[in-house]
Amino acid sequence: MSALFSLAPPQGGPGYSFNQTPTTAPSGERQHGFYPYADNGGSTLGISGADFTILAGDTRSTNGYSINTRYAPKLFKIGGEGPDNKGARIVLSVVGFAADGEALKERLDTIVKMYKYQHGKPMSVSACAQRLSHILYNKRFFPYYVHAILGGLDEEGKGALYSYDPVGSYEREQCRAAGAAASLIMPFLDNQVNFKNQYIPGSGTGHELKAREAQPLPQPHVEDLVRDAFTSAVERHIEVGDGLQMMIITAQGIQETFTPLKQD
Amino acid sequence: MFRNNYDNDSVTFSPQGRIFQVEYASEAVKQGSVVVGIVSKTHSVLAAIKRNAEELSSYQKKIITIDSHYGIALAGLASDARVLSNFMKQQSLASRLTYDRAIPLSEITSRIADRAQTNTQQYGRRPYGVGLLIAGVDAKGPHLFEFQPSGVTQEMIACGIGARSQMARTYLERHLDDFAACGREDLIKHALRALKESLSQDKELTVDNTSVGVAGIGENFVHYEGQDIAQWLDATFENREEDDSSSDDAMETDS
Amino acid sequence: MNHLPQAWGRPRDEVYGAYDHSHFQNAGPNQHTQQPIVTGTSVIAAKFKDGVVIAADNLASYGSLARFTDVKRLRKFNSEVVVGFGGDVSDMQYLDRLLNSLDIRENYSSTDTPLNAKNLHTYLAKVMYKRRSDFNPLWNHLLIAGLDGESKPFLASADLLGTTFSAPTLATGFGAHLAQPILRRTLPDEASVANVNKEDAVKLIKECMKVLFYRDARSLDKYSIAIITKEGVELKENEKLENQSWAFAETIRGYGTQVN
Repeated sequence: MSALFSLAPPQGGPGYSFNQTPTTAPSGERQHGFYPYADNGGSTLGISGADFTILAGDTRSTNGYSINTRYAPKLFKIGGEGPDNKGARIVLSVVGFAADGEALKERLDTIVKMYKYQHGKPMSVSACAQRLSHILYNKRFFPYYVHAILGGLDEEGKGALYSYDPVGSYEREQCRAAGAAASLIMPFLDNQVNFKNQYIPGSGTGHELKAREAQPLPQPHVEDLVRDAFTSAVERHIEVGDGLQMMIITAQGIQETFTPLKQD
Repeated sequence: MFRNNYDNDSVTFSPQGRIFQVEYASEAVKQGSVVVGIVSKTHSVLAAIKRNAEELSSYQKKIITIDSHYGIALAGLASDARVLSNFMKQQSLASRLTYDRAIPLSEITSRIADRAQTNTQQYGRRPYGVGLLIAGVDAKGPHLFEFQPSGVTQEMIACGIGARSQMARTYLERHLDDFAACGREDLIKHALRALKESLSQDKELTVDNTSVGVAGIGENFVHYEGQDIAQWLDATFENREEDDSSSDDAMETDS
Repeated sequence: MNHLPQAWGRPRDEVYGAYDHSHFQNAGPNQHTQQPIVTGTSVIAAKFKDGVVIAADNLASYGSLARFTDVKRLRKFNSEVVVGFGGDVSDMQYLDRLLNSLDIRENYSSTDTPLNAKNLHTYLAKVMYKRRSDFNPLWNHLLIAGLDGESKPFLASADLLGTTFSAPTLATGFGAHLAQPILRRTLPDEASVANVNKEDAVKLIKECMKVLFYRDARSLDKYSIAIITKEGVELKENEKLENQSWAFAETIRGYGTQVN
C-alpha cells in the first residue's frame, strides 16, 4: 500500500536517522497483486452429425461460489448480417474466462464479416477454424483463457466441429465437451457418440471381441444426448446449471433452443 | 498559349479565390454514370446506372453495402470510392464494437467529409475524385447524404450526381412534394424514373445495367441487382413494350 | 531533535526499527495499481417494470478507517443512464472524468441521439478490459443502470477484469453475498420484472441497504439512490437509513463474550 506514496527522500543522500539504513531496495521482485484472469465456470459441448452440428452450453456465470447471473450465453453466431448475425452459418462456443471469450468472439466475428465484405462470399468453416487458431496462437504469451469449440457445416454439407486449447492447438472432431464439467461429460460422449468400450455381443471372447463401429447419429438422438449430458452435469457440478442453450446448424440455417436447468 | 498557373496543387488559391484541383475533382464526378437517391418518411432508396467498359466485360460496382443499416452509391473514380468505403466500413464496425451502436449517418458522413477536406489543404495530396450518396436508416430514421470531393456534405431529400444527372434532378425537383409520403415501392419507382430521365435516348434500364439499394425503418439496407429488380422495372415502365413497337412519340415526351 | 530536515516527522529507527526502503523506491520499474486504496463498498440495483433502481452508500473507506463519509458513488450520465461505482475511489474519479469527456464529445458531435445505458455499458466494459489487458486495471466494479435503445430497463455490470453480465438484480462486493439473495427472492428471473412496480423496487433496495449496513462493517447509513425511468433520472444523494432495528443482534450467539 505504502509503495504508492513515493515522497521518497533524495536518493543516496544522507539518511534520516543516525543509524545506518539500507538505501537500496532489497533484492528480488516484489509480488504482483493483480491476476488478470477469472474462472466463470460453466460447460459447453459440441457434437457433429452427417448433415448437422449441435453446440450447447449452460447459461450460468459464476465467480467463486457466487452466481453472477443465470443467463449469460456462451454460444455465439459468427459472421452473419448485422448485430443479430442473421443468416450466420458458423457458431462459436467459449468457456473459461468470460471477458476473454467475449473479446475472442468479437475478434472472430469482425474478421469473418470483413472477409465477406472483401470477398463477397461467406467464409468457409475450415477457413474460419484455421483463422481462430491463429488468433489464439498470436496471443499465446498472454492467452485468451478459454476453451473454444467452433461448429458449422463443411463444403460437402457434413457437420464440422473444431475444438481448441487456449493457445490455438486445434483438431476436427466428432464430439467435444469443454469447461467445468468437461471431465464429467466427455467420458459419457466417448461411450455414447464414439461407442468406446462398446462391443458386439457374442462376436467372440477376449481379444476376439469386436468393437462396435462408430457412425454418425441421427439429430433427435444427439439432442437427447446433449440434454442428458447437461442434466447429469448439473447434478454433480456446482458451476453448471440454470439454463441450456443449444444451437443446431443445418443446411436450413441455425436453430436456437433454450431449456431450463436446475437453479440450485 | 495561356496556361493556368494555379492548378498544380490543391493548396494554392487562384487570384479569383478558386482551388482548381478541387474543381477538377468535381468534374471527375460528372464523368461517372448517374446515381440517384431519395428519402421518404419511412425509407431511403439509392438507384444507379452501371456501365460496362465493353460488351464482353462485367458491369462496374455502383452501390456498396457498408453496414447493415446503410450503403453508398458512387459516381466518379471507383477506386477512390473503395478507399472511402473501406474507411466507412472500419468506422462502422468500430462504432458497433465500442458502443454497440449503429453509427449515425450524419456521423459517418462528417467523418469522410473531414478526411476529404484534409486532402484539399495538404501539399502533395489530391482530392478524392468521387461523389457519394449515403443512404440508410439510423436511430433518427431514414437519411440521405450527399458527399462531394471538396469535403462538402449535405443532407438531401432527393439527389442525383454523375453524368447527365441534371435531367434526373429536374425530375426529382418536379416530384419533390410527393416523396415524403411515399412507401417503399413508390419511392423505388420514383428513383428509377429519375434514373431513366438522365439516360440517352437509345438507352434503356435493364436488369443488367441497373442497381438498387433500399433501407427502411426496421428494415436493413438491401442491395438489389439482376433479376431481383426485374419486377420494379416492369412495374415502373409497364408501357415500355408498347412504346417500342407503336411509335416514337411516347419516347420523346419522356425526355 | 534531529538536525536533518528530511527526517522530521518520520518514525525514528531507534524507536521503530529500520524502514523498508523498497517502499520508497522510485528507480525501479513503473508500477501499476496492485490494490485499491480508498474504497467504496457495495452497489446494488434492481430492475422493475418501468425502469431501474440503483443505490450505494456515501462512504469511502481507507482500509478499515471510515475516511470520507460524503462521497457520491452514483453518477448520472444523462437523462437515461446512471453508473454506480464499487471499489477504488480514485479510479472512480478517473472514470468520472472519462465519462465527462465522452459526454462533451457526444454533445459536440453532429448526432443528436444520446448514448443509452447499453451503449455506455459496452463502452465502459471495453475500457475496463483494455486496462486489465495492459496489466493496469481500474480497480472498480461498475453497475450500469438505465434504459436500452428500446426504452426498456437495462442493468449490467463490468468489473476490473472486463467481465460483463446482466441480470434482473445485481450487487457488487459484499452486496453480492448479502443483498443479492434478498433481491432474487422478489426478482428471480427476467419474467418477474414485469410484476414489480417502482414503489416495490425502491422498498426492496432500501431494505437491502439496511441489511448491508447491519452486516457490512465498511458501510454507512447515509446513501445515494437513483431511479431511472422514461421520465428521467431521480437521484437523491443524501438519504438516511430509516427504521433500523438492532433487535436481531440480541439473538446472535457465538461471536461475542456472552456465556450462554
